[in-house]
Amino acid sequence: MAERNAEEVREQPLTPAQTIGPFYGFALPYPGGPVIVPDGDLRVHGTVRDGAGEAVPDALVEVLQADPHGRVGGLFGRCSTAPAGRFAFTTVRPGATGDGCAPHLAFLVHARGLLLHLHTRMYFPDEPLNAYDPVLAKVPNDRRHTLIAVPDRDGLRLDIRLQGSGETGGDETVFFDV
Amino acid sequence: MAEPLRRDGRGAHPDRDFPAYRSTALRHPKLPLVPLHDPETELTAPFLGTGPIGPIDADLTAQHDGTPLGERIVVTGQVRDGNGTPLAGQLVEVWQANASGRYAQAEDAHDAPLDPNFTGVGRCLTDEHGTYRFTTVKPGPYPWRNHDKAWRPAHIHFSLFGTAFAARLITQMYFPGDPLFPYDPVMQSVTDPAARERMVAAFDLDATVDQWATGYRWDIVLRGPDRTVFEHDLPGDGGA
Ligand SMILES: [Fe+3]
Repeated sequence: MAERNAEEVREQPLTPAQTIGPFYGFALPYPGGPVIVPDGDLRVHGTVRDGAGEAVPDALVEVLQADPHGRVGGLFGRCSTAPAGRFAFTTVRPGATGDGCAPHLAFLVHARGLLLHLHTRMYFPDEPLNAYDPVLAKVPNDRRHTLIAVPDRDGLRLDIRLQGSGETGGDETVFFDV
Repeated sequence: MAEPLRRDGRGAHPDRDFPAYRSTALRHPKLPLVPLHDPETELTAPFLGTGPIGPIDADLTAQHDGTPLGERIVVTGQVRDGNGTPLAGQLVEVWQANASGRYAQAEDAHDAPLDPNFTGVGRCLTDEHGTYRFTTVKPGPYPWRNHDKAWRPAHIHFSLFGTAFAARLITQMYFPGDPLFPYDPVMQSVTDPAARERMVAAFDLDATVDQWATGYRWDIVLRGPDRTVFEHDLPGDGGA
């Protein structure tokens, strides 16, 4: 059975990815896309920046998260970063999922110049379960902060840095190979 | 627990660092990605609250009072996963330039005419066989500023979701025999010629409609469940 499956997979090679391009703004954003939960009491926002620290005004950020009971699937959002590189979602705090992970939002970043989108996550700053999260445990200590939102007067801020600066690039957001 | 996806076969995708496409220079991560094994969130598909999709959403030539200029075409194909399973009920989103190579987006400064009868946005759900079908006009090639005499080959942008967030795909469909292929760094970022060919639609007489539209067929294959692992891990279990 395993062998037959391997053959089938060779017969079904994947369609390659291509960049979303600069001109998706008239097509993909939709009214309500940034509102994951209407009247949600949590605002998650941030800026997408490139390796020079410049805001990326032609990215598309998508979010998938669990509901307060930890069930994933129903809560999805989409927000363009036009015109200033900023995104903002209205939502609620998710519950913990069944795989032992601390509450989090899964992010996808698409952009002109990104030939294949990127996966990252947002974790909560005041969450004791972060200490036991199996994903955070795999992230080097000195990079973990790039996944943890910062409280500000607008809600929770998660800035996304597509590429770090300097030799070490330590401020680069942690992206995942899923 | 969500079903793991196959991890092989992803070599088809381009490297994010592809210098010939200049915009990648400051937009690709330099540090290694962190492997994420069997994460529940990313292995779940979003239920999209897209509302009802009407027939006009899939007919890009019928969204205005008049008929758009250009060659009317039908673009159809099957969406399936790497195991060959057709994906029914999948949201397929497309967007494209008009027949002159101009996008209906204010930021597109290309000096080609807009078409008041063409926006270039479509969406549909795949049917029970995983088939999608759009009626549109063939987009024109358009210039960009990546390098001297840079022209994008005609293409239609596609967005797909698959059965997991980790199966998400955004790509572009090209038209057969376009002389611009060898000069286009976006297409050439897919370095395997066979993989590149999988982004090119085929002229299809079956999809062609007499006296009305030429037809193109383009199948799309998304990451699918790792059935081998699944069967080993859950012997005798009918599934999730
Ligand atoms: Fe384009």
